[in-house]
Amino acid sequence: MKPDDIRRVVVDILERIAPDEDLTSLKDDIPLREQMELDSMDFLDIVMELRKQYRIQIPEDDYHRLATMAGTVDYLSPLLKGAQASA
Amino acid sequence: MAYDAVIIGAGMSGLAAGIRLAYYEKSVCILERHTTIGGLNSFYRLRGRNHDVGLHAVTNYAPPGAKAGPLSKVLRQLRLRWDDFGLAPQRFSTVAFPGCTLRFTNCIDELKQQIRDHFPSQADGFSRLVEHVSKFEVSSFATSQLSARAVLRDFLNDAMLIEMLMCPLLFYGSASANDMDFTQYAIMFRSIFLEGFARPFEGVRRILKVLVRKFKELGGELRLRSGVRTIESRRGRATSLVLDDGEIVEAHDIISSAGTLETLKLFTGEEGGQPPIEPGNITYTESIYSLDRLPSELGHDATIVFYNDSPTFRYEMPSEPIDLHSGIICSPNNFQYDRPPEEGCIRITALANPKHWLNLPPEEYDRQKTLWGQRLLESAVRVMPDFRSAIVDTDFFTPRTIRKFTGHVNGCVYGSAEKVPTGRTHLENLYLCGNDQGLLGIVGTMMSGISVVNAYLLK
Repeated sequence: MKPDDIRRVVVDILERIAPDEDLTSLKDDIPLREQMELDSMDFLDIVMELRKQYRIQIPEDDYHRLATMAGTVDYLSPLLKGAQASA
Repeated sequence: MAYDAVIIGAGMSGLAAGIRLAYYEKSVCILERHTTIGGLNSFYRLRGRNHDVGLHAVTNYAPPGAKAGPLSKVLRQLRLRWDDFGLAPQRFSTVAFPGCTLRFTNCIDELKQQIRDHFPSQADGFSRLVEHVSKFEVSSFATSQLSARAVLRDFLNDAMLIEMLMCPLLFYGSASANDMDFTQYAIMFRSIFLEGFARPFEGVRRILKVLVRKFKELGGELRLRSGVRTIESRRGRATSLVLDDGEIVEAHDIISSAGTLETLKLFTGEEGGQPPIEPGNITYTESIYSLDRLPSELGHDATIVFYNDSPTFRYEMPSEPIDLHSGIICSPNNFQYDRPPEEGCIRITALANPKHWLNLPPEEYDRQKTLWGQRLLESAVRVMPDFRSAIVDTDFFTPRTIRKFTGHVNGCVYGSAEKVPTGRTHLENLYLCGNDQGLLGIVGTMMSGISVVNAYLLK
């Protein structure tokens, strides 16, 4: 997957977690916590959604790297390198 | 085949727990003894009318688009949209004591103004209390070990105002008499005074149906008429459940929403004989009146009225069958719906003595329901327009009804006064959720199911 595909995967997960949220204006460099008021339970859900959909394990020590969209895409790039982007 | 998880009880907490587990692809089965879902918050149909039990109003209201707060959190965790519950906010509610009625809405400024008008010397203290409660750190799985009354006395010195601020919160969630833990008080204060009341037009069935549909869509299995008779255990682990009809169900983990004491009673073998837990004894009767016109046409616009006829509020098991000094008047019509209500309805709820109602012989039970229903009505019309000529149908339920639907010892509403905030038990794979975990209101109880699953079963 390319960074754009990974970004779409993450937006898709955020949409599932917060279906009422408008995510079109999501900024890549501002913490997701601030933009969407995500709390630790929500971050755990992002991690679990990734595990459910792509079978990737993210250790708790790495959660801080998911703070922004840009950070998340960077972090996931090597992990999702071989995964197919969904159409 | 063994399920990944079995949940005892298809109430709000069990369904919420089930949705989380099914969403993350666990095989999960909810076992419900009754013929219908809901438990303490359920619904029924009688003589062509739909009635709710339990729920007067959903607390923790948040408007659409709100990102923070317990309601938004629960919706996110269950992957639901705000519209799914169809919540309409209340009009206004009151706390009515002798010579003083305080009005509140879903905006705390209204209550602040009322306190400025009725208790000018207390206004600053109340503002500081609101500030303190808003900032109070509520960690899940813990209590503060502080008396709510003692904390209130740090901010206020008018004894009746303290009673008036205790009254709705005790009524809407305290399993212990006359006082509550300050953590619980803070949670309740936010959920009632800062966030506020709302209700779906269709009542509690709307919420339960949304939860069940979600659970089943995700592959969860719901079995009604499937009461658990015993839980078998070995070497610190629950191994299987035996149902009322003798069927054996196996599960890797078990979550019980039946109540702490009620769950421990399911053990017969070597793990029995756990330290005894005092059953709760706070419970209610409720009269439901169907009217030939809307309460507003009788001059009753309040959503909920919490009343008490003396300056001191006694929240405890009454020695009489029903405590006629205080009560809750709820009109399910008086919410800000987007369409006109179908039929007028008033519900009057008052503290009751469980032993009295549980021990009556059948004929006497019906006679006493009529008798005490009339007394309760007389007591309530002291603080609202007399609507007796508008009544077209009446139903009355007692601790006996509550015991039948929930299985709670004493038919108590809020469970045991001893809460188990962690949801842990003496067995490593048996967890508690719901009432006896100490989270309150239906949003709280859904969060209880969610938090137990997140903490122990999805890690």
